[in-house]
Amino acid sequence: MHKKVAVVGDKDSVLVFKAVGVDVFDPIEKDDIRRTVDQLARDNYGVIFITEQLAVQIPETITRYDNQMLPAIILIPSNQGTLNIGLDRIDSSVEKAVGSNIL
Amino acid sequence: MARIKVNPTRMQMSILRGRLKTATRGHKLLKDKQDELMRRFIELIRENKRLRSQVEEELKDSFNDFLLASAMMSPEMLRQALAIPKQQVRVNVERKNIMSVNIPVMDFEYSKDVEQGDIYPYGYAQTSAELDDAIDKLQEVMSRLLELAAMEKAGQLMAGEIEKTRRRVNALEYRTIPDLQETIKYNRMKLDENERATITRLMKVKEIIAKET
Repeated sequence: MHKKVAVVGDKDSVLVFKAVGVDVFDPIEKDDIRRTVDQLARDNYGVIFITEQLAVQIPETITRYDNQMLPAIILIPSNQGTLNIGLDRIDSSVEKAVGSNIL
Repeated sequence: MARIKVNPTRMQMSILRGRLKTATRGHKLLKDKQDELMRRFIELIRENKRLRSQVEEELKDSFNDFLLASAMMSPEMLRQALAIPKQQVRVNVERKNIMSVNIPVMDFEYSKDVEQGDIYPYGYAQTSAELDDAIDKLQEVMSRLLELAAMEKAGQLMAGEIEKTRRRVNALEYRTIPDLQETIKYNRMKLDENERATITRLMKVKEIIAKET
């Protein structure tokens, strides 16, 4: 299966991804972000990178894709630095699996 | 513990025994599955955490360069420079089955429009050197970023599966098996009691017949 790769984030952070061949989307409004992610998920994208700053605004949409094999929605820091949500998400999946955080 | 409401008959007994056997076997198998999943999951999560911190660090580097570049160049120039990328990234996703969890295995594929040369989709004249650095660093981190993507997805999927398995194991261990055991015990006592009742009744009948003759 050949899938496309997309990155969603504010323009200042993610425009550089364009040079390496990733499709770039830069929605600003909360609704637009959600629509973009849902649209990408439908459009044969296998990996969607999204900056943490945008991901905080649409937590439900992100978690909805957790139990599906594709697409993989991966949080990345933006140029304002990391909010540590990415690591928190790993912790929360540990909690989900084990029942308590053992690491 | 609740007893299952069934008629205390031999037929029911044999059915219940069968169910208990299946439940015990299922419990053992699921427990094994849970243990193995857990082992792999913990391994995966450790690696995942390490990789994520590393990737975040490297991305930050690239972003910093890009920030500098965008400060030095006008936004229009920047957009123009990056407007038509030279290469396209595709991922080839394969399915891999680990303990009945389908996890994705991802491979990067670059399709370059131009076979030779660098990846910069612009000439050097009007762009700043920081932009080149940013792209270089990003290109380097891309493969690790994808590795992270596959790993994180696998982690999420496995977490879901472990949760499901845990609930099944617990349901069998604390509900189904004790219930069945209790029902079987009750039924056996009931059947034994019936048998004793029959024997005493027969003895009584025999006594009465013996008296009459």
